[in-house]
Amino acid sequence: MSDNATGSAAAERGLAEAEPGGVASFDNADRGPIRRLQEILHQYPTSIPFIVLLIGVVIFSFAAPGKFLAPFNFSLILQQVTIIAILGVAQTLIILTAGIDLSVGVIMILASVVMGRTAVVYGVPVEIAFPLGLLAGLACGFVNGLIVTKLRLPPFIVTLGTWSIFGALNVWYSKSETIRQADMQESAPFLQWTGTIFKPYDFFARMGLDLGFLKGWVLNYGSIVMLLVAAVIWYVLNKTAFGRHVYASGDDPDAARLAGINTDRTLIGVYALAGFICAIAAWVLIGRIGGVSPQAGQTANLDSITAVVIGGTSLFGGRGSIVGTLVGALIVGVFRNGLALSGLELLWQDFAVGVLIIVAVTIDQWIRKISS
Amino acid sequence: MTHEAGTTHVAGYAPAAALAPDTMVVPALQARGLNKRYGRVVALDNADFDLMPNEILAVIGDNGAGKSTLIKALTGAVSPDHGEIWLNGEPVAFKSPIEARNLGIETVYQNLALSPALSIADNMFLGREKRREDFFGRMFRTLDKTYMQKMARQKLTELGLLTIQNINQPVETLSGGQRQGVAVARAAAFGSRVVIMDEPTAALGVKESRKVLETILRLKERGLPIVLISHNMPHVFEVADRIHIHRLGKRIAVINPKRHTMSDAVAIMTGAMAPPADEAA
Ligand SMILES: Nc1ncnc2c1ncn2[C@@H]1O[C@H](COP(=O)(O)OP(=O)(O)OP(=O)(O)O)[C@@H](O)[C@H]1O
Ligand SMILES: [Mg+2]
Repeated sequence: MSDNATGSAAAERGLAEAEPGGVASFDNADRGPIRRLQEILHQYPTSIPFIVLLIGVVIFSFAAPGKFLAPFNFSLILQQVTIIAILGVAQTLIILTAGIDLSVGVIMILASVVMGRTAVVYGVPVEIAFPLGLLAGLACGFVNGLIVTKLRLPPFIVTLGTWSIFGALNVWYSKSETIRQADMQESAPFLQWTGTIFKPYDFFARMGLDLGFLKGWVLNYGSIVMLLVAAVIWYVLNKTAFGRHVYASGDDPDAARLAGINTDRTLIGVYALAGFICAIAAWVLIGRIGGVSPQAGQTANLDSITAVVIGGTSLFGGRGSIVGTLVGALIVGVFRNGLALSGLELLWQDFAVGVLIIVAVTIDQWIRKISS
Repeated sequence: MTHEAGTTHVAGYAPAAALAPDTMVVPALQARGLNKRYGRVVALDNADFDLMPNEILAVIGDNGAGKSTLIKALTGAVSPDHGEIWLNGEPVAFKSPIEARNLGIETVYQNLALSPALSIADNMFLGREKRREDFFGRMFRTLDKTYMQKMARQKLTELGLLTIQNINQPVETLSGGQRQGVAVARAAAFGSRVVIMDEPTAALGVKESRKVLETILRLKERGLPIVLISHNMPHVFEVADRIHIHRLGKRIAVINPKRHTMSDAVAIMTGAMAPPADEAA
């Protein structure tokens, strides 16, 4: 009972924060509260994932007292969601154009194999092997974009095909061999850098700042890379012409073309950029597992789509945000971690994530009704 | 002359020169023998088109006569199966609307071509966004949002069409008429050679329609030729210099509104009256 009360209070606070300087829609007393809520959510769609995240945090701090609310636990959640969040950023770009990319996971693995194997097994300096891996990701994405635009096939089909193709290339190049942590450490430690742990408290303490609230937090550089990637893509989407074109192309491609946007070029750019981001995720993946495993990240595709959808980005394109996706990835992490700490079996984590997806898409549909 | 170069291609077609105010004038936009089929539907059937410099040309015709298809073919939004197009006497073959726009042809399409989720300002500058002049603009391609918002607001105010409180409001939250206002303002602001409007007053009230007609007259004052597609005969007869009548995919007549009544125009349009001999196209 008390959970519910706090939850809705948190929800109201979330709304109030998302609503700077009360907009006109508030004083339309003749419209029902449901309608007003719909309008507010339409204007600030990212508020929903924030509310859900808050509710999750509140619920689990009661359900798993002491364990869930610890800085160390939050650090763990952050580390667990880093890779999915980066892939989610790539997936957000694609879904904003009303597409879907089933190949993000395999592009990541292929890029990690190219980086790791070229450096460790073939002895190529990491200064070359690393950019080569990034290039591999970029090329995979570019191929996706080319097929989607030039052959005019649905992205779902295209990336289903390339998922299989890139997977085969992965087996061919990797020979299904893993690269062990020790070998990686010896010949290409740079690739493991993203896994390096650091303690924010110690970091600031060395600079003479005693930030007590940071005590107990343990981050790795991969999380910093994730934040950087998200910041750059946020900037691209919101502050550049390319970003406007991405939204316009997904929103109404015919209108975008009539308005003078080269939608094909925009789409190819989006897929190529997404491929590149997957290759950055590959670097973080190597850091996380220490070596390279051609079998890693099997569920990454669907997890990235889940993060995007729960983060409020519409599968119909043109609506959504990077911040939403980061929060979406965190929601999945928080629910999985919280349910585990509450002593529930793994199956209930999957159950909860499934419910979240369906609820998120239902809310999206409902919000979108406002414009019709 | 470029005019000669343009018209020598069209042997076999009676030049529309007789209808033009001045036979020596090069049409601003001209087309001969445009064809477009959608499956078994013939949307354009050897359609001709002439827009003279600095005139207001109205295009009228029944629903489905092919008016929208005609202007889409003229602006690169659809590619005609065959036919030729000249802009100021130069042959052109636009492969996309961008190419037409880059040559100064601005169009208000019937479906408005706005991005619903983007803001009014974003829509006004869609595809021609302005970057900041400073270091950030050059290095990181940062958009000059302040400038674009200011300009968008100014253009809309000039038009007097809609009172916008918030230029960053998504277009989908506007009424149909307000959206039309945004599309008209966009074309009026950026058109530098030809402005084409496909039913720009369809969703507008009496007062707002007046504003659009005034805008069209102002564009003419600025020296531009304008194509106005409309079903509203009083509007057409009020502003048009010539009226292009479209029927079953082709131009069947061009009439002078001063020498014909509205009922003549409607009769020709619906096939109830034969096109006047001297003005048949
Ligand atoms: N994309 C399309 N696919 C199939 N048929 C089309 C398409 N566009 C137009 N048509 C057909 O071409 C014909 C001409 O259509 P068009 O839109 O040019 O007419 P219009 O004169 O603009 O009519 P209205 O006054 O209703 O706007 C119609 O019969 C229409 O059904
Ligand atoms: Mg039409």
